[in-house]
Amino acid sequence: MSEELLRLENLSIDYKVKEGYLSAVKDVNFSINKGEIFAVVGESGCGKSTVAHSIMNLLPGGNETITGKVIFKGRDLREVTEKEMEKIRGKEIGMIFQNPLDSLNPVYTVGSQVAEAIELDKVDKTEAWNRVVELFKDVKMPDAEERAKSFPHELSGGMRQRVMIAMMISRNPELLIADEPTTALDVTIEAQILAIIKALKEQFNTAVMLITHNFGLVAEVADKIGVMYAGEMVETGDVFEIFKNPVHPYTRLLMAALPRKTKNEGRLQTIEGNVPRITEKKPGCRFANRCPYATEKCKTEDPPMVMVGEDHMVRCHEIGKEEK
Amino acid sequence: MIVVSFLVFSLMYMMPGDPIDMVVDRKVSQEKKAEIAHEMGYDQPFLTQYVNWVDDTIHGDFGTSTRYKTDVWGLMKERIPYSLQLCGWSLIVELIIALPLGLLCAMKKDSFFDRFTVNFSLFLTAVPGFWLGALFIIIFAVELGWLPISGYAGPEYFVLPIATCVLTGMGGTLRITKSEVLDVINEKYVTTAYAKGLPKRTVMIKHVLRNSLILVTTLVFMSIPWLISGAVIIEKVFGLPGMGNLLLNSITVQDMPVVQAVLLLIAILTVLCNLASDLIMGVLDPRIRLSMAGGDN
Ligand SMILES: Nc1ncnc2c1ncn2[C@@H]1O[C@H](COP(=O)(O)OP(=O)(O)OP(=O)(O)O)[C@@H](O)[C@H]1O
Ligand code: SF4
Ligand SMILES: [Mg+2]
Repeated sequence: MSEELLRLENLSIDYKVKEGYLSAVKDVNFSINKGEIFAVVGESGCGKSTVAHSIMNLLPGGNETITGKVIFKGRDLREVTEKEMEKIRGKEIGMIFQNPLDSLNPVYTVGSQVAEAIELDKVDKTEAWNRVVELFKDVKMPDAEERAKSFPHELSGGMRQRVMIAMMISRNPELLIADEPTTALDVTIEAQILAIIKALKEQFNTAVMLITHNFGLVAEVADKIGVMYAGEMVETGDVFEIFKNPVHPYTRLLMAALPRKTKNEGRLQTIEGNVPRITEKKPGCRFANRCPYATEKCKTEDPPMVMVGEDHMVRCHEIGKEEK
Repeated sequence: MIVVSFLVFSLMYMMPGDPIDMVVDRKVSQEKKAEIAHEMGYDQPFLTQYVNWVDDTIHGDFGTSTRYKTDVWGLMKERIPYSLQLCGWSLIVELIIALPLGLLCAMKKDSFFDRFTVNFSLFLTAVPGFWLGALFIIIFAVELGWLPISGYAGPEYFVLPIATCVLTGMGGTLRITKSEVLDVINEKYVTTAYAKGLPKRTVMIKHVLRNSLILVTTLVFMSIPWLISGAVIIEKVFGLPGMGNLLLNSITVQDMPVVQAVLLLIAILTVLCNLASDLIMGVLDPRIRLSMAGGDN
């Protein structure tokens, strides 16, 4: 029933920076099935956006080195030419960016920017415009017809985010990457946007990779979850499984820090210490400096990815031993 | 503008030599000279002369040329079309060449093409216009005989002057375009444009170049006075019967009314260009359009 759509295999991304290389993403593995909502959570700077952009091959270009595979519908997108990638973007994979405020071109009306995407599928102008208005209604844009003729600076942050969503679902992609689609918005609008994303999944069987800081949000919509820490995917698995039985020390701390009340309070709370910036390649667990269970081995050896249940993977030395 | 006219007036007033000497023969007696000077108003104190001139100008009377003894406006009217055509065509050709080149240089940043184009245009900017003009005359007019040397008797007489103007002026526009394009390429909405699935070409033209134009056209319009000052020299080199030539000749013979009028015209043009650049910015950028229409933001 569930067919695999996207699989990342040992994806690593280094940025060239002043100090040398910043290992922003290391050995990330996960897969998303058709019609599934996969949530990626983790503190700011842990590499979530970097992973998302690399799937679309939209990293800034110039200072990054990428290794590993991005397999989408059986094809490795890392091997695909730029021309072929252009056909995949928007059509097969859509992406909503973290910051809706400057993600729209200030000189064109928002409607024409959405229409521009639709017209790529050889739809004529009036037809495209009608679809834009339809889409604006779908994403609950107030005054859809009027708003389509507005310029981005005339819209609020929430409206611009709706425009972005309308644009990215306009071509019915099979996978939608949503990079913190609600972080900039208030709680009521957040709920509406989530409802839109859920409806999309139910209506069109769209798979969604949802990036967020917000655990409350994850519990509400996600099917699977991936916890990232300092560029590594430390735990992946089914949402219920992980909420019931968090295994990795970092996930546990996150859960413990979670007051299960309103969504806003559900945002990740701080844990003692800082996320390290990894600029040199040396073995050891990246969480060791903050981990309550850390041993000598943790500081000198890379922890392996251990399977602790069906589809439930954890990267940790200690757990691996306990479970054996 | 007032400042310009006043400055020019003062400078001409202080220039060595008596304008009357240029008009009359050396042999004419002192009395006769004084009489002519009186007729032309040159015996009055400096400020009175200035005020008179301003008064006449406002009433559309630019005075009478001391050299040609004819109406200054009439002199200018014949010459304006030449200068306007030279500057206008130079501007258009410059934009047609410099904008795409700037875009290409930005897209292929640090490639051989980029370095060669930028350095070559820099070199051309540094070369004096009259020198390049003279070189062109030697090569294309004298040696090859493809084009006329100087003067004006048909459109082909414009080719070399425009080429000179464009080549010496292009570097600035090219570099502005390149740096602005490089700025815009990093904007988030450009990434959005790619994410929609637009091909690179479309993104570059519809999003990157279009948005760069806001600043580029504004700056280009503001630089038109430089273009004009360059054209003055080039008119002289190619003997085009335009305003620049008139201006330079008039300065040498201290033909005050003509110099005044031409410079005034250039000052007016400068102000108009600044105004036009504001208007164009408004047309190109909806955020400004709104605030200019007095709407809220
Ligand atoms: N172009 C770049 N050059 C150098 N370093 C970068 C670049 N982009 C991101 N980084 C660094 O890579 C790391 C991961 O960044 P990324 O944007 O992927 O984090 P994130 O998880 O999306 O954070 P947030 O939740 O704040 O959006 C950060 O340390 C960031 O500083
Ligand atoms: S490997 Fe060691 S340091 Fe890392 S999370 Fe597990 S116990 Fe903690
Ligand atoms: Mg991010």
